[in-house]
Amino acid sequence: MTARTVRALVNGAERHFTLEDRTLLIDALRDAGLTGTKLSCDMEVCGACTVLLDGLPVSACTTLAAEIDGREVSTIEGLAVGGQLSPVQRAFVECSAFQCGFCTPGMILTATALLRSDPDPDPEQVGRWMEGNICRCTGYDSILKAIALAAERGR
Amino acid sequence: MSGRKVVGASVPRIDGVAKVTGAARFASDLTLPGMLHGRIARSTRAHARLVSIHAEDAMRVRGVVRVVTARDLMELVPYYGHIVLDHPILAVDTVRFQGEPLALVVADTREAAAEAADQVWADYQDLESVVDAEAALRPEAPVLHPVRGRPVGDEGFDPGGSLPTGNICAEYSLAWGDLGAAFASADLVLEADYRYPMLYGYAMEPYNALAAFEQGDLVVYSSAQHPYMVRNDLSRIFGLPLARVRVVVPYVGGGYGTKSYTKVEPLASVAAWLLQRPVQVQLSVEESILTTRSDSALIRARSAFTRDGRLLGRDMDIILNSGAYTDNSPLVAQKALNRCFGPYRMEALRARVRAVFTNTVPASSLRGFGAPQGNLGGETQMDEAADRLGIDPVRLRMLNLVGPGEEILPGKRGVDADLAADLDQLAEALGWPRPGPGLNAGFGLSASDAGAFPVSTVMVRIHADGSASTLTGATELGQGSRTVMAQIVAEELGLEMGQVAVVASDTGVTPYERTTGASRTTTLAGRALIDACKDARRQIREAAAEAEGVAVSEVEDAPGGVRVGGRLVGYGEALRRWFGAEAEISGSGLVRRAGDFQKMPPFWEIGCSGVLVGVDEETGVVSVEKLVTLGDVGFAINPALVEGQDAGAATMGLGAALHEQLVYDGDMLLNSNVVDYRVPRFHDTPREMTHLLVQRGDGSGPYGAKGGGEGAGNPIGGAIASAIGRATGRYPRELPLTPERVWRLFKEDDGDQD
Repeated sequence: MTARTVRALVNGAERHFTLEDRTLLIDALRDAGLTGTKLSCDMEVCGACTVLLDGLPVSACTTLAAEIDGREVSTIEGLAVGGQLSPVQRAFVECSAFQCGFCTPGMILTATALLRSDPDPDPEQVGRWMEGNICRCTGYDSILKAIALAAERGR
Repeated sequence: MSGRKVVGASVPRIDGVAKVTGAARFASDLTLPGMLHGRIARSTRAHARLVSIHAEDAMRVRGVVRVVTARDLMELVPYYGHIVLDHPILAVDTVRFQGEPLALVVADTREAAAEAADQVWADYQDLESVVDAEAALRPEAPVLHPVRGRPVGDEGFDPGGSLPTGNICAEYSLAWGDLGAAFASADLVLEADYRYPMLYGYAMEPYNALAAFEQGDLVVYSSAQHPYMVRNDLSRIFGLPLARVRVVVPYVGGGYGTKSYTKVEPLASVAAWLLQRPVQVQLSVEESILTTRSDSALIRARSAFTRDGRLLGRDMDIILNSGAYTDNSPLVAQKALNRCFGPYRMEALRARVRAVFTNTVPASSLRGFGAPQGNLGGETQMDEAADRLGIDPVRLRMLNLVGPGEEILPGKRGVDADLAADLDQLAEALGWPRPGPGLNAGFGLSASDAGAFPVSTVMVRIHADGSASTLTGATELGQGSRTVMAQIVAEELGLEMGQVAVVASDTGVTPYERTTGASRTTTLAGRALIDACKDARRQIREAAAEAEGVAVSEVEDAPGGVRVGGRLVGYGEALRRWFGAEAEISGSGLVRRAGDFQKMPPFWEIGCSGVLVGVDEETGVVSVEKLVTLGDVGFAINPALVEGQDAGAATMGLGAALHEQLVYDGDMLLNSNVVDYRVPRFHDTPREMTHLLVQRGDGSGPYGAKGGGEGAGNPIGGAIASAIGRATGRYPRELPLTPERVWRLFKEDDGDQD
């Protein structure tokens, strides 16, 4: 196995990862202590491991860690700045848009990317972006409401 | 009103910020220094004698430390099971389902363990397998357990009636009245076989455990719902005193019953014992599916009605496919029996449930267990009877419902709810009897004997600064138990939410809690907590009286402290003055099967849900336009959390009704992943969802509360089936109602109905 060093901007700070070619992004992140990124389906359908790569959602379970070299990665740990929750995080809390919280980091990151790309999405558009994130505890109604609330506040 | 300040309000979850920032720690996030990783090598056969296991190739993989098999466990009790000790930690001599653990490969890294696990192979001597539960009941069927496991002997669990034989894991029956006469005098008899699918709960955090021996004591971090039950299994396996087994459960990524009882904790623990190093076992979703699923069921339902809609009698016979080992199947069977005929008055009843061993993944708990299965047959027959008799189905149910306080099960607690009023509210919210153009309505009721066995103990510590900690063995699964318990303590002690902490689910620290399931925590742990707060307040009053030199009767409770002669003395001050230095006290409270909880069940959990659906006749695609749940919870301590539970239960119900099913091809499971096993996604959300809460203060829990969170899902399968029955003119008999099945209802006439 060849080891290589990868540099990336993770949550705004430059980080170096020494990893094997086969190392997956989820393992690199979690082994670096960023355990907010969750592993569930391990086949890119549930969205629990969603992180933002150059601002767009990817499944860390099927992305090679080497791919982040020279790029920007956002994980759930990077959203709250100076102890202030982001608008999407705040809306998720206020709308009770989660229970166990295992899908929540991925949900929030996908919703964050959505609102950056389209600050005023209609429910259809929200559905298209969020279709790749599964929630088993609470259904999707409260998540839709949280995204709508965050969008409304952003306007 | 009551003057209550904190309970009854949708205060924010106390775990909210941790869960939206990635800070909430789950067992799968934990590591220990020097930790090894275990990966399971699994059986490729469904039923075989295990001749030998070959680990040589696996041992050659770099980083592999040991390959553990049942042979390494001879000094231990190599089985677990909270009712019957028949589930091997690793296969002993025989494998009974495809995917059964054969060996645990332990390595320095996850990658090495995974690579090596693929290189463990076994010699098998194949045995005839049986996958279908009806087939397993035939006399010629291969018997999975010719020698039965030993019942554990916990009085809270009945291992299943008189010594079951053959492949019957457990059998229960119930009867009253003259069934023959009831059916003979009926104007309408409905009779059909219904099939409920085999489901996977898909809690998104897969099963995992991290075990270590510390000074000879076993410490396990796990994703378990019931840490005390897991502790008991581990204690039996190692012959360790309960005090020397500590099971710690941090946040849990989804439970829904699927994480009740022991899963991978013994595997991690035996490896840690053999190697004297910490060992973590984390399953994939595919492996989790191979660990626990829910019982599929064949429900033979027969109902007798008079022409004016009175239910005369019911004859229910349910066969549960319970998989390879006992696990929780006796309890599931018992609950299926109690929950299958509905909260209706009837002169005669005969009901029987058999849980049957098959060469499939072991079945255990899943949300509402036993209830959704029987409910499908029972409730769709209420609708079908109404249609046949030309009676409104709401009215037909009203005619037969038990009233408040009336018994559903002879000798048991009378129903602590007003079902007729509930149904009335639900029907109105659904727009019944005019669902709207192109739409059909379906609704259903269920009453579950919930709460499990009423044993719960809690403690409250009042600290020197007047803040308080709650110690509870109830596990936070997302249902919000920590928030609700903090609300109760804040209310009872007159504190702000920010002054209350909850420490949960650490068997070495927190007091005994039997289980976290059956919707019990708010009702039972909540009641114990009220007593613990009273106990703490009593101690403070006594301390304050002694310190101030007054009679205890002159000391009154006040928010955050006591009042002595008109002066407010905070808890901290009262404690300091009495002890003479900084100190704290603890109050304790408990619930046992006595007093309010002498009569079983501890409470009835009501299900009352309805849907409006559109059905595309060309494609068979079903769209759920509106879904209404009604939570008859007595008192909602946190309404937003109750609504969230109902929304979640209903969504799971929709999954089972429309999409979800584990499928066996022969004795191989075909769809052990979440691509081929389809759970509800964003686009499946009903266009409109309404969650009604009914609060009549009629529960046995704190402030008149009673449990919720399972009920809303139980009637959904039947409700969807009835709506589709109305749309197609033919009542479905089998879930899930995939487009193909619905299309066939429109197109095919099998002569089964009319």
